[in-house]
Amino acid sequence: MKVHVDMNLCQSHGECVFPAPDVFELGDDDVLVWKEEVDESRREAVQAAADACPMMAIRIEG
Amino acid sequence: MDRVVVVGASLAGLRAAQAVRASGHEGSLVVVGDEEHPPYNRPPLSKGLLAGAQSHADCVFPGVDALDAEWRLGAAAVGLDRDGRTVALADGGRVPYDRLVVATGCRARTWPGAEGVVTLRTVDDAVALGRALQPGARLAIVGAGFVGCEVAATARGLGCDVTLVDVAPHPLLPLGPELGGRCAALHREHGVDLRLSTAVDAVDRAGITLAGGERVDADVVLVALGGVPNTEWLAGSGLTLDARGGLRCDGTLTSVDDPDVLAAGDVAAWPHALVGGEVVRVEHWTTAAEHGGLAGRNAVVDPADRAAHVAPPYFWSDQYATKIQAVGFPGRAATLAIVEEDGPRLLAEAHDADGRLVGAVAFNHAKRLAAYRRRLATEAVAA
Repeated sequence: MKVHVDMNLCQSHGECVFPAPDVFELGDDDVLVWKEEVDESRREAVQAAADACPMMAIRIEG
Repeated sequence: MDRVVVVGASLAGLRAAQAVRASGHEGSLVVVGDEEHPPYNRPPLSKGLLAGAQSHADCVFPGVDALDAEWRLGAAAVGLDRDGRTVALADGGRVPYDRLVVATGCRARTWPGAEGVVTLRTVDDAVALGRALQPGARLAIVGAGFVGCEVAATARGLGCDVTLVDVAPHPLLPLGPELGGRCAALHREHGVDLRLSTAVDAVDRAGITLAGGERVDADVVLVALGGVPNTEWLAGSGLTLDARGGLRCDGTLTSVDDPDVLAAGDVAAWPHALVGGEVVRVEHWTTAAEHGGLAGRNAVVDPADRAAHVAPPYFWSDQYATKIQAVGFPGRAATLAIVEEDGPRLLAEAHDADGRLVGAVAFNHAKRLAAYRRRLATEAVAA
């Protein structure tokens, strides 16, 4: 599956980092970095990350 | 256990309903909401949506249609009969339940007797307020809390003249005097006429009258004095409400009076380990989301397997280019001291009277704040 983050919406709350630290990370400049291609086995964690985003910036495709 | 009813169709209610299904409940699931709208995200109401950068449609939560639930929207709950196990609705309907999740949230506190002034809690409020915030419009705001400060910042961005009044000596009370002072400076730098330690005598559609008689004329008057829990409908149910209207729960968000009633979000009053088991009520987005997920799960698992809510509260506020983030209970701390400052970045630690860390506040320092969240989550579990 593919993970999209709308960086116009992202406000670096870091909520996504807690459920899926292997996918999302805050850089030292507080800007979010993430893996765009994620193994299916991590779907639940990535969905939890999307649900935890107060900005609704995370979208899963596929 | 066939019928689960969630009363409240905002973030906490939606997450509760989703968790009910995710936890394997195959019986009926009803979600009751007083607004006509399906669940939508409220943080943009004082920011992106108010500024016109986002629409109502942008704020509707995904996943609502995919949820196998019966929606009773536009129908406020008006009563709870625990003997008969039914929720009474304003439209005359009665909804039977086996397990009930109360997630009715807060409404905006109003100024008694003031007509024609606005509050901001719903998307309809935000759309109406946004329409009134034309360039050059004069906006007077009573209350420099989160909503008042964010609307002030958004309105300045829209070219409005803004007067922001609070009886407190600084904005954002939970941040303490030093950080609140920084916030005050921020608003003044951006041209807000900020009146602190200033009581308000009267509020009407054409402005506000300050104590001492000074008049602030305005085209729009916003009353932003916080929220009131929507729990009046539980009066007479025998459920214990605290002095401020919170539904008293144990650590698993289960009513202290009834194992079949749980609460989530703004209305839940529950003991929190991070402050020594003191009963707290938290009106922040993340807590509503976490509570919903937990209360929905706890409602359908074996009661012996109900888990406690221990995560430290997290909240934020965006004002101008400054991102304020906080974790834990800085507003209850004995001390709140700046431990690091570098240009627009700032970090403060909150300690209780025994010197124990109970919270942290960051300005433009998201990654560092996240580290404090991890640490406080561990301490809350250990406590």
